[in-house]
This record gives sequence, C-alpha cells and structure tokens, in this order.
Amino acid sequence: MSVITSETAEAIEQILKQYPPDPSALIAVLQDIQRDLRYLPKEGLRRVAEYLGVPLSQVYRVATFYTAFSLVPRGKHVIKVCMGTACHLKGAAMVAEAVERILGIGPDQTTDDLLFTLETVHCLGACALAPVVVIDTDYHAHMDTAKIARLIDKYAKE
Amino acid sequence: MPFLTDVRALEEFRAQARAKRPADARVICLCGGTGCRASGSATLRPVFERCLSENGLDGEVDFRVTGCHGLCEYGPLVIVHPQRYFYQRVKPEDVPEIVHESVIAGRPVERLLYKDPATGEVKLREDELPFYNRQQRIAMRDNGIIDPLRIEDYIARGGYAALAKALTSMTPEEVIEEVEKSGLRGRGGGGFPTGRKWRSCREAGEKRGEIRYVICNGDEGDPGAFMDEGIMEGNPHAIIEGMTIGAYAIGSHEGFIYVRAEYPLAVKHLSVAVEQAREYGLLGKNILGTGFSFDIKIARGGGAFVCGESTALMASLEGKAGEPRSKYIHTVESGLWEKPTNLNNVETWACVPPIILHGAEWFASIGTEESKGTKVFSVVGKVENTGLVEVPMGVTLREIIFDICGGIKGGKKFKAVQTGGPSGGCLPESMLDLPVDFEHLAEAGSMMGSGGMIVMDEETCMVDVARYFLEFLTEESCGKCTPCREGLRHMLSILTRITKGEGQPGDIETLHELADTLADAALCGLGTTAANPVLSTLRYFEDEYHAHVYEKRCPAGFCRELITFSIDPEACNGCHACFAACPTQAITGEAKKPHEIDQAKCIRCGVCRITCRFGAVKVK
Repeated sequence: MSVITSETAEAIEQILKQYPPDPSALIAVLQDIQRDLRYLPKEGLRRVAEYLGVPLSQVYRVATFYTAFSLVPRGKHVIKVCMGTACHLKGAAMVAEAVERILGIGPDQTTDDLLFTLETVHCLGACALAPVVVIDTDYHAHMDTAKIARLIDKYAKE
Repeated sequence: MPFLTDVRALEEFRAQARAKRPADARVICLCGGTGCRASGSATLRPVFERCLSENGLDGEVDFRVTGCHGLCEYGPLVIVHPQRYFYQRVKPEDVPEIVHESVIAGRPVERLLYKDPATGEVKLREDELPFYNRQQRIAMRDNGIIDPLRIEDYIARGGYAALAKALTSMTPEEVIEEVEKSGLRGRGGGGFPTGRKWRSCREAGEKRGEIRYVICNGDEGDPGAFMDEGIMEGNPHAIIEGMTIGAYAIGSHEGFIYVRAEYPLAVKHLSVAVEQAREYGLLGKNILGTGFSFDIKIARGGGAFVCGESTALMASLEGKAGEPRSKYIHTVESGLWEKPTNLNNVETWACVPPIILHGAEWFASIGTEESKGTKVFSVVGKVENTGLVEVPMGVTLREIIFDICGGIKGGKKFKAVQTGGPSGGCLPESMLDLPVDFEHLAEAGSMMGSGGMIVMDEETCMVDVARYFLEFLTEESCGKCTPCREGLRHMLSILTRITKGEGQPGDIETLHELADTLADAALCGLGTTAANPVLSTLRYFEDEYHAHVYEKRCPAGFCRELITFSIDPEACNGCHACFAACPTQAITGEAKKPHEIDQAKCIRCGVCRITCRFGAVKVK
C-alpha cells in the first residue's frame, strides 16, 4: 500500500496548491486529504512534510494524535455512533454493540469490503435526539438496536 | 454589494434593511439547527419553497432557515409571522396546510401547535410556553429569528452597532473598562473576568511592542453540551462582532476561530459570515473607515477533547499535536507563536456587543453578586424538554430542570444532575434549590463548566456515570503528564471492576487517594479536575458504590453484569416480536404462549425490552 497511484498523488498536489508552504497549515492540509481520500497514504505524508517544511516525524505525530485522521482507508460509509453523555444514558453502548455484532468490526475498524467503518465519537451536538447515529452526513435520531439494524441494511443495499 | 465605508453608510443600510422588514411582514422561520435537522428539517426546506412558489408567494413571504430555537425536543420547529404561530414536529405533508391556513388566511393550524403535556392546554405562540417565557436571551438573542447566512438580518436587528459605537466613540481603554464594569466572566468554564484578561493582554503587547492575537474557542468538547454550536450556527456575526470589539480594545489585528471537527454546519456558517463581513467592510482593512484593521481565520479542530484547553488549542493552531503546556507564563503574555494572546469562548464573545451597546450597568443588573448576566445551558438526558436554555445567573437548578424543562421524562424520579462537563460533578436532589452561578456550583463540588447539564433519573447508575466520564477522560488524556495518564487509567480499571460486580474492599479508599493525587499533581486544568466525577458521586452517592462493592447489586438496574432480564408471564401474550429480535436466540416459547429467556444465552443487550410493546420484559 506504500506506493500511491498517480491520481492520488495528483489529488494531493491539488490540495497543497491551496495552502502556503507554512507549517501552520499542516492540520488543514491533512483534513483535506482525509476528506478526499478517506485516509492519509504514507507517500502522501512524505509529500506534505516536504511541501510544508515539517519533519516527517512531526507529520506522523499529528496524523496519529487527532482522531479525525486515519492511516488506513476508511469505508464508503462511516457510521458514527455518538457516545456523548446524553446518548450514553439512553443506551448508546447497546447501539454501538449492535453495529459491531452486525458488521463484525470494532470501533475504528472497517469491513473487508470497504463498505462500512464504525466510529464511536463523543457528542455530535444533537443531544435532544439521543441516542444519535450519523451515517456519512445524515443524522438519525432516537436510535435503538432494532432501528440501527434496519438502517445498516438500507445503506448496504444502496 | 454595498461597501460600508463609514458609520453613516452602516446606519443607512440598517434603515433600508429595517424598512424591508416591517413588523407586519409575512415571515416563515424554519429551524435549521443541528437538532431540528436531525429530526428532518432539511427535507422541509424544498417543500416550503415549492409550496410558496406554487401559490405565487415568491418574494411576498420572507422564508428564513434560522439557527437553533432551543426546544430541540419538539423539532422541526416552524414559526409563522406576523402572528408568531409556533408549530412543532412539522412534517413535509403539513407544509401546504401551513401555507394555506397560516400564511395566506392568517389562521393557526391547531393540530401543529404545542400542547402543554400536563394540562393539555394549547399554546399559540413561543412566548406562551413555560420553556421560553422564563428565559432571558442575551447570547442567543437572535437565534431562531435571523437567517445566519444573511448579514442584512443581523444588521436589521442592531448588528454591528456596538462595533460602530466602540470604534468611533470609545478609546480601547474605555472598552476594556466597560467590559470590566459589566462583570462578564469567561463562559468556557474558568469564569475568569473577561475585562481583566483583555487588559493583561493589551499591557503585555504594549510593553513588548508586539503583535497580539485574539482567539475564539469553539472547540466545544464536553459531551452533552451544544450551546456554542447553537450560537456558531445560529448567529455567527455576533461572534465576529464581539471579537472585533475585543481586538480593538486589545490592539490586535488578527484573530482565529477554532471550531470542533464534529460541527460541519458551524464551520460553514462562520465561513460565510466572515466572508460577508469582509465584503461589507466590517472585517479587513480600515473597518468602517475608522483606520482600524482586523481579520479572522477559521480553523477546524481534529477531534481531540484536550484542544478545548487554551494552550493545547494554540499548539493545534500552530499545526502541532494539541498538548497543553504548564502556565507559569500566561497565554496573555506568551500564547500563539509566543505572542500575547487573548482567548475567549464563543458565548463570551457573543455577550460583548450587547454590553457595549446597552452599557455595563445593564448587564451587571442581571445575575448575582459575583456572577453577572445570563448563561446558556444545554439541558439533556432524562428530561422532558431537552434543548438550549438561557437564564439569568442565580436561577435555581429546580427552576431550570422542572419549571423550564418540564421535569423528568416518563414520570420517573429525579436522581442527579451533572454539570460542568466530564470534569464537573453530579448533584443530588437535596441540591436542587442551589442558585446556579460560578461560586455555588464550585462549593457544591461541581462547576459551571461550559454549561452542559445532564439530568439523570432513578434508572441511572451513578457508579456507571463515574466510570463513563473516566473512560472518556482516559481516552482523551493527551498523555503528557503521568498523574493524568496513569491515574485515570487506574481509576477506570477500578470502576470497571466495580460495575462488573468484582469490587473489593479498599477500592473506594483507593479511588479517593488517586483522585486527590490527580487534583494536586496534574499539569493542566483538565487533569486537575478530571477526578471530579468520581469525587462528587462518592460524596453524594456512596451508598450506590457500597451496593456494588459489598452486595454485588446495581440499585438502578443498569450495570449489565449485575442484572437479569426476565419475562413476566402475565404480561406476555406470546407475540414472538422479542423472539425474532433477540440476537443470540436466547428467547424460547410457542406462539401465543408466554416466552422465556435462557439466562445462559442472554447477553443483556436489551433488544427484547425495546421490542416488547406490552412491557413484559422486566429487569432485576
């Protein structure tokens, strides 16, 4: 996986072009790469380090410090199960467990077919509708173990 | 695009914007806050637009998608002006009726109005609801009224008048004095006097002849808190105006808004607002022709709770991993890129324009002796009306939870309220009459924090709550200092054992000891307060710890290793629903006859309990 395709390399160049070669742009650049490629490829990190003039070790440190970044490809659909306090009180752990059971993956893991990634996150700011699950950018309110099963089914068929 | 070259141009523009918005104008306000969007408000927008157009009402009716109204529980919310009819839980199929009945004929649609759950009384308008009529809104003054993507809406409501006043009739020193006199204190958690912080930053910069930065902390990381999200989404110009006034007072020309990664809508609204403010000449060079220059950049967070801590946030802005540093030298002296830096929270910045406009005395007349003004709380958990509530400081917990938010859901019994985020504390029923301000909450062993208020009922296990917060803090600990990194991990492992029924004599004492060490020795504010959830639950709910450790019993019926599910044969009619839903095939029984749960197979996931429509599944 260490060699990236020319398209990936091109996508990274397009992102770098929008930023000045300044170390403070590091997080923003990595966010854009993560958004477009759904992960941070190793060769891409080297290129970012070179462009911004930041040691590769520091790029790696930032890439592994923040939960928004992943060094392995994430799935087509990212299922974010909110584990905020309000959601916890209303059974979010059960919902997360149901996703694990159905997809056979743990938090921060991706299914072999690269269709789903499970993330558990701390509060999505929709506490009134707890427990909340966000799939890609769509919010799903008042989740329970039965509803999440139907929802996963729907996305799998898309 | 009008370019506001001076204050007169701003006032002329305001007069025009107001003329276009007479009091009797027909306006539809659809709530587009994250809560209402999650309930489907985004799908209502095109339906409204189409329906208005079909009825020839394009341009006749002002259709606004607003920020959060507060009453998220009843979303999506729609308000029809000028009658101000307040509609709740609106669905796409309700839209034609709203347009025909209310917009065209001016009559209310009875079935969509709010009904008081206790009395069944129908309420026509927002201000007739107890949820709203006991609130006083300063930080959230325009939420639900303006379209946050339209700067004209904000200006028509008096926006940027405070900035014009500060820039043209006040010296920086006078602005600082005004904020000091108002008694405004930091809304992000610390409660530090805002004016004093500004003064220190200004003096540090003057002394060293250096540039200074101002920062808005929008990294609202506390789980269960979404006040800042509501303001960033619903009224971004209030933050920009507040920051610009602060920058003028401090002598700064560059500002940053650091927004949490999980708030995409807030990032969008702030970005649009900054762009508009620049176009209008309210940000950038020579603001309103006064010679003062200031601009703002927006930075997105990377999903790390610790970045809500000021020094960690500044490290993150510099493009580094967000780790706090010790504060022997304050950030007002040496912060971002080692320059004097003034950081305030979203709500604090949003309070600045009204203080400048209406005066320090007005603001100081609201609230208590030591805590002035209002505070926004996000009231969530096991409460009837979850949502955002802004009340004067000093209002009691009981008024917020019971009078405004309608008490506990489903007629259950109140057990505790958790305030102050993960580092806050849980307060029991005996504390309900506590006035809510910085001092009283701290005395009671909790804290104000950023304003999250999580209500817990009799089915909430307090040991599990403590375990939950420690799990959160263990994950989010940046790992730099040992007391936080290791102390939290040890406390978590003890609490996890206790909730699994494996508690041992001595555990409670060890928890006390670890908590005290953490409070004494951790590096940053997050670390020193990280033991609060354990300390406060031990202080008020020690009996629950004892039940878990010595009787292997969870009184709330929550901890899975300590409970069993069973089916009440009297209530079960053998409908098979639970049978089909059970993931481990632990339920057996013939159709139309009472079912049974095989305890050896049961993983206590609770699906059967949710699925059963007859309440036949019991927890012990």
